[in-house]
Amino acid sequence: MSARVGCGALTLMLLSSACTSGESAGAAPGVVVGSKAFTESVILGEVMAGAFASTGARVEHRRQLGGSLVLWNALLADEIDAYVEYTGTLGEEIFGGRVATDLAALRQAVTAEGLRISAPLGFANTYAIGMLRQVADALGIETISDLASYPELQLGFSEGFMQRQDAWPGLRARYSLPHRDVRGLNHDLAYRALEAGELEVTDLYSTDAEIRHYDLRILTDDRDYFPDYRAVILYRAELESWPAVVDVIERLQGSIDTASMVEMNAASQIERQPETDVANRFLQRQLGVAADRVAAGFGDRLWDNTLDHLGLVIVSLAAAILVALPLGMLASRRPRLGRFVLSATGILQTIPSLALLVFLIPPLGIGAPPAIVALFLYSLLPIVRNTATGLTSIPRGLLESADALGLPRGARLWRVELPLASRPILAGIKTAAVINVGTATLGALIGAGGYGQPILAGIRLNNTALILEGAIPAAVLALFVQGAFDLLERLIVPRGLRL
Amino acid sequence: MLELKGASKSFGDTVALHATELRLPQSQITALIGPSGCGKSTLLRLLNGLLFPDTGEVCFDGERMTASNVQALRRRMGYVIQDGGLFPHLSAADNITLMARFLGWESARIDQRLDELAQLTRLRPGLLERFPAELSGGQAQRISLMRALMLEPEVLLLDEPLAALDPMIRSDLQEDLRAIFRRLETTVVLVTHDLAEPVYIADSVVLMRAGKIEQVATGSDLISAPANDFVRPFVRAQRYLQSTEDSG
Repeated sequence: MSARVGCGALTLMLLSSACTSGESAGAAPGVVVGSKAFTESVILGEVMAGAFASTGARVEHRRQLGGSLVLWNALLADEIDAYVEYTGTLGEEIFGGRVATDLAALRQAVTAEGLRISAPLGFANTYAIGMLRQVADALGIETISDLASYPELQLGFSEGFMQRQDAWPGLRARYSLPHRDVRGLNHDLAYRALEAGELEVTDLYSTDAEIRHYDLRILTDDRDYFPDYRAVILYRAELESWPAVVDVIERLQGSIDTASMVEMNAASQIERQPETDVANRFLQRQLGVAADRVAAGFGDRLWDNTLDHLGLVIVSLAAAILVALPLGMLASRRPRLGRFVLSATGILQTIPSLALLVFLIPPLGIGAPPAIVALFLYSLLPIVRNTATGLTSIPRGLLESADALGLPRGARLWRVELPLASRPILAGIKTAAVINVGTATLGALIGAGGYGQPILAGIRLNNTALILEGAIPAAVLALFVQGAFDLLERLIVPRGLRL
Repeated sequence: MLELKGASKSFGDTVALHATELRLPQSQITALIGPSGCGKSTLLRLLNGLLFPDTGEVCFDGERMTASNVQALRRRMGYVIQDGGLFPHLSAADNITLMARFLGWESARIDQRLDELAQLTRLRPGLLERFPAELSGGQAQRISLMRALMLEPEVLLLDEPLAALDPMIRSDLQEDLRAIFRRLETTVVLVTHDLAEPVYIADSVVLMRAGKIEQVATGSDLISAPANDFVRPFVRAQRYLQSTEDSG
């Protein structure tokens, strides 16, 4: 336990010297806004950021963090001050169904955590059932109940919707739907299948950009089956001492109806306009706020991402080397302890990266620190293992020769063992470094930046160019790291071992 | 100079060396000989403290060898093993001077000692810059010998130094070893399984079998007056091998 804390502290120490964070001590008070890794959330984050900025506040937007729990924990840990959440998500996912999804109950539950909740922004993003408008009109279908009269309609739902108890199985029971041959398919493919006439009915989110694009009708949930997913702003209680900000939150309440949200999603998702521009336009039109935040250009983004990515890789790798080398030496000296160290570091490898990142948010917050600690933990195994095997595979005769010369243990380690094991040790560090370059892209999920940032944005916007903006530099960096270590091997591995 | 007082050593259930008394006088060249597994290597490793005895003690120059003084005592003993045991990451010169550099010798003193040793071992010039991987077996053994002699030890221990070499190089190096030992007048302990070697080089031969000393004698006495029924056929077999090797 204390070892883990020690590692964390070490990493943080290195971190504070290596990273130049945007939030420096003693600067003007600022508001940090967060958003989830899908387009609507990022747009709403930009809307909030633009609105807050119009009050003169210094605003930072930690965009596209990896999921509700990441945002929630970041808010609790005071890493962010506000983000847009959905009432259904709060009740079901964050409070695990223990709290009703009506606003009064949620307000009480959230207040108990030291947080505040705004009135609904206007729109709701719920599960919905949709059809092409022209097909629905032709059949006269307006509500989900109407579907029961058309058992011949072909239904197709996304995999998650098919399986979740609160989705299709429950929906079918509530409305006594007679349809049997229901297909499961990818959400994006469902729209194309609708257009091609292979499907008539599918599930969607009520603010999907495609609703406009494909001209879909959302069938009325006339038996109130789907839970309420109304958008609200969650924010820290401290913001209340800032009247201008509270005023902005109040003005945002009720200001975004479903049509506006669908339109903004379409502008970003389908017309590929930067979220910042989409949000600025909305603020101008709806609140009369002259928002002037600008979307970063390609060069700036690449430079920032490169710095962030290198920071993550270098700091985590340096810390891992400092910790893993001694651990590897220890493991080679004490075989029983060695087996324990190797299985412990091995178990760390099996923790899925997103789980580890989320796990690290409560103690470390969001951004670079948890990402660095996760990368550090993942780097331990290859270095420890290669150090231990490198040291234990030195022929016994050589160690005896060193002992017979009268060389003390410490000198034997530095002058004989480590040089002899230098090649496998370096190979272990190289493996860790190359894996780090790849894994560091996941840091974007918790706001650590790096090449994962454009990859995430590209995935949610279905924009290949953006994905490549992160994937290509990451691949180039991996190759560069590989090359650098090959060069380093010539410098570090003694010439006598390369003959 | 070196003395085993009732020293014994077991590995698990196997007794490698029964309680043994042995005195190795100063400036004498002693050969330990016997079939493989007879305990001669164990005895040698007890002498330089790579092993400690289960019972009894090992004394160096009257001082009992313990874990706390063994490092200092080892620096007064040179040690050469079968394949040289050279560190592959260090050049020949760095192998030889490793300990001297560790002990902080001045470079002038190191260079001077290196020259003396190169002359003593008749090392071909230019070999000092090479790495072990670039040396032949005989060259590696000369370097290993230089490394063992670097700190001017009072005792030199050799564990089958010639075993891995081909016959031509072996007789060449054997010749040189004898000359070097005579000149240095150090105490030498040589482990071998080849009787011809000690007869040629050693002042006295310690014949061992199954963890016990069978006979201590000069080489020629061993051949002319074998002590018992083990020594006799051992000597005969060795002489037979020797004669076939010579005629072949």
